[in-house]
Amino acid sequence: MLALADFLIIGAILFCLSVAGIFINRKNVIVLLMCIELMLLSVNMNFIAFSHFNGDVAGQVFVFFILTVAAAEAAIGLAILVVLFRNRNSINVEDLDLMKG
Amino acid sequence: MFEQIVFYCFAGMLIFAGSMVITVRNPVHAALFLVLAFFSSAGLWLLLEAEFLAIALVLVYVGAVMVLFLFVVMMLDINLAALREGFARYFPVAALVAIVMMVAVGTVVGRANFGLDKVAAPTPRPSDYGNTTELGRALYGEYIWPFEIAAVVLLVAIIAAIALTLRTTRQTKAPKPERQVLVRREDRVRLVKVDAERQS
Repeated sequence: MLALADFLIIGAILFCLSVAGIFINRKNVIVLLMCIELMLLSVNMNFIAFSHFNGDVAGQVFVFFILTVAAAEAAIGLAILVVLFRNRNSINVEDLDLMKG
Repeated sequence: MFEQIVFYCFAGMLIFAGSMVITVRNPVHAALFLVLAFFSSAGLWLLLEAEFLAIALVLVYVGAVMVLFLFVVMMLDINLAALREGFARYFPVAALVAIVMMVAVGTVVGRANFGLDKVAAPTPRPSDYGNTTELGRALYGEYIWPFEIAAVVLLVAIIAAIALTLRTTRQTKAPKPERQVLVRREDRVRLVKVDAERQS
């Protein structure tokens, strides 16, 4: 039988993978956005697992909202990326020093 | 038994796809592996009896968001070599952080705390149970105001994405018809009086 722990561990592995991805793809903004999507996916996995094992549909409602926000975030992030590429002709994070931060 | 086979197939596919997303060289391949990750987690969600969200994940993510990703990745002309430098340098740090985090989280969420003896498996729903019906009741009943706010968030995202990428007429060389029709003859034509040349 599948336990709640199995699904939680899958979510944890996915989350750690995406954190590692943010570390090793520090230059590429597109892959950073993809890692954020993976991270949100792992969180959704936890929500749905708890929702199933507790018999409460509220977790699935939350996943619905997270999907909404993630879609909005992807749209705005990619729009920023397009504008960035148009202005700097590069998507390297190192080149984003316009504000001297 | 069948459930476990399905679970391990989809979980293996998910972890494989996730690790390929963060390691492949080409961003197009990374986006395609992300599609595979979404598909396999949709399969896992089907196991968890979240049918509506599994289908919504495939339709919304694979159908819309990932196509948007692929579109942008292919539109930009990226210098791949410059983006890959530092990969080998950061890899040990990333592996260390990931492993430490995995051990820390794994000890908490492992079978010792969330095993079958702690959280019993729920009885399977009857075949006439509708996940979409129950989710719809919750969304349009108890969670109606958050649902409206989600709609506003999407509207703001649409407006922001258009406003960010729209090329205004300041940036383009397009003619302005409303100013063209206002031009009068006096603005453009100038009559110059020239003396006739003297015959020598």
